[in-house]
Amino acid sequence: MVEFNEKLFLRKDFLENPVKESVRDSFGKTLVALGKKNKNIYAVSGDLAESTRAIYFKETFPERFVEVGVAEQNLMGVACGISLMNKIPFACSFAVFSPGRNWDQLRVSGCYSGNNVKVIGAHAGLNVGQDGATHEALEDLAITRVLPNLNVLVPSDAMEARKATIAMAKHKGMDYMRFGRVDYVSYTTEKTPFQIGKANVLIKNGKDACIIACGLMVYEAIKAAMILEEKGVRVSVINNSSVKPLDEQTILEETKKVPLVITAEEHQVTGGLGSAIAELLSQKQPKKMGFIGVQNTFGESGKPEELFEKYGLTSKNIVNKILKLTE
Amino acid sequence: MHVSKFRFNDVKRLKLLSNQARIILIETLATSKSGHSAGPLGLADVFVSLYFKILKNNPKKPSLNSRDRLFVSNGHVCPIQYVVMSQAGYFPQKELKTLRKINSRLQGHPSRKDLPGIENSSGPLGQGISQACGAAFVIKKEKLKQRIYCIISDAEFNEGQTWEALLFAAKNKLPLTILVDRNNIQITGNTEDVMPLEPLKQKLMALNLTVEEVDGHNHLQIISVCNNAKKNKNTTIIICHTIPGKGVSFMENKYEWHGKPPNEQEARKALEELYAEQAKLR
Repeated sequence: MVEFNEKLFLRKDFLENPVKESVRDSFGKTLVALGKKNKNIYAVSGDLAESTRAIYFKETFPERFVEVGVAEQNLMGVACGISLMNKIPFACSFAVFSPGRNWDQLRVSGCYSGNNVKVIGAHAGLNVGQDGATHEALEDLAITRVLPNLNVLVPSDAMEARKATIAMAKHKGMDYMRFGRVDYVSYTTEKTPFQIGKANVLIKNGKDACIIACGLMVYEAIKAAMILEEKGVRVSVINNSSVKPLDEQTILEETKKVPLVITAEEHQVTGGLGSAIAELLSQKQPKKMGFIGVQNTFGESGKPEELFEKYGLTSKNIVNKILKLTE
Repeated sequence: MHVSKFRFNDVKRLKLLSNQARIILIETLATSKSGHSAGPLGLADVFVSLYFKILKNNPKKPSLNSRDRLFVSNGHVCPIQYVVMSQAGYFPQKELKTLRKINSRLQGHPSRKDLPGIENSSGPLGQGISQACGAAFVIKKEKLKQRIYCIISDAEFNEGQTWEALLFAAKNKLPLTILVDRNNIQITGNTEDVMPLEPLKQKLMALNLTVEEVDGHNHLQIISVCNNAKKNKNTTIIICHTIPGKGVSFMENKYEWHGKPPNEQEARKALEELYAEQAKLR
């Protein structure tokens, strides 16, 4: 039997009775809760308040809601200006547009200037589905991870998104958080620890491989671990929601015990979580690695599950990769 | 301050300060052997007016919350900002020698984390004006007293972000004064050849901004229009007509001087002219 890390207080029956919840809803509601406690919280939106769920904040605090229209460069700039007046702006748009379209503004007005903006990249990943390739952000982790003074967070369920939102508001500095449009299986609880820069080892004591995942691929990684267990392959699973800063200690400790490390992300296999792990391990603890993610191609229209299937982002893909590499 | 009370001596002082700023600028550029010449020379009067008469701030306490904020969107003109800041007492004049050198607070394009008094790190055009808009939005919503100013270049209207920001400023009637350095040049040519802007005033008026025009070398005009702008319920954008390279005959109105410093010989010639002007002003 796969044993989950008791110290994480995960939901007891999330595998038998998976409940899905909206990550963006969780973000939107948490932002309102934060706004109630802290008058310095602002929300800045690029004509996508409903989709990003910044609309809840708009309805509750219209005076601290800033609509910039379809103008992502100005979105980032205005948010930075608000930050310069000692406020805490959440700049909300789709990940393809922000940071996709305003990377220079993020770089100079945001990170180089040492500002305090919370960049929210909604509708990230293939799960956007029917809107197709133009709206499926698969490169945002690569272009944010490379920037100094910027944290990069990828929550793996609604509760974690809530905690990440709270942590960002507390952190004085630049943060980027990306999440998808679809509902994610909820597997963490109120008591599950979350900290920027910390990874959670969900399943410990892998012998054959360690899967390091983020976002909705964490649930796929857990399912893969269950399937592999039945085949006599023991793997550990890490939820690495803090892509930057990376929890080097936890990752090195956990991967020390296994010959193979697999990363899984709803992102291009280049530049994202997999690359971050490879950069770490190649220098400090070289391991054989495999990368699950989108393989240097754009997505397309389709139902999220169809896209995951076609582009190789399922637990089955993780299982096959591990079996192949452990042969 | 009412212009009527503005004394002749004040104007004389500002003129002297501006010309002195040009002298220090040429010396600084010649020392650093790198940096822009034309735009900074053209903006000396605007910066002197701002730092000596318009901005309510304390050079000794540059982080004071109650200060007015000057955002500079066209960061490449920072040599003149540094010079005037040193004149105003933000830092010792001798530090100007470190411009663009290793370990300096005076970066080639201004860095707010390095130099107290710089409100926004700037370089990529179009970014400062958006930040000024964000700051002015907070001023308006929270009914604060500080005034936000922003200097932008004319070629900055080539950037889409500038228009995004102006639409936002007009929509929110931001308590913001934007000064446009209308010097008609950019790095590879005259603005009207590279990307025509005229009729600029009409374009800006069509955005529902309050548009003013001044001679960018006339301190009285600059100060008076900025003072009026504070009473205006709308965002004011002031087209400051300036001469790039102002004060140095062989640099004036020559786009070739946009992005390079004078060599030793050119600097000597420029300084001769500027010292002659200084003597005349006294």
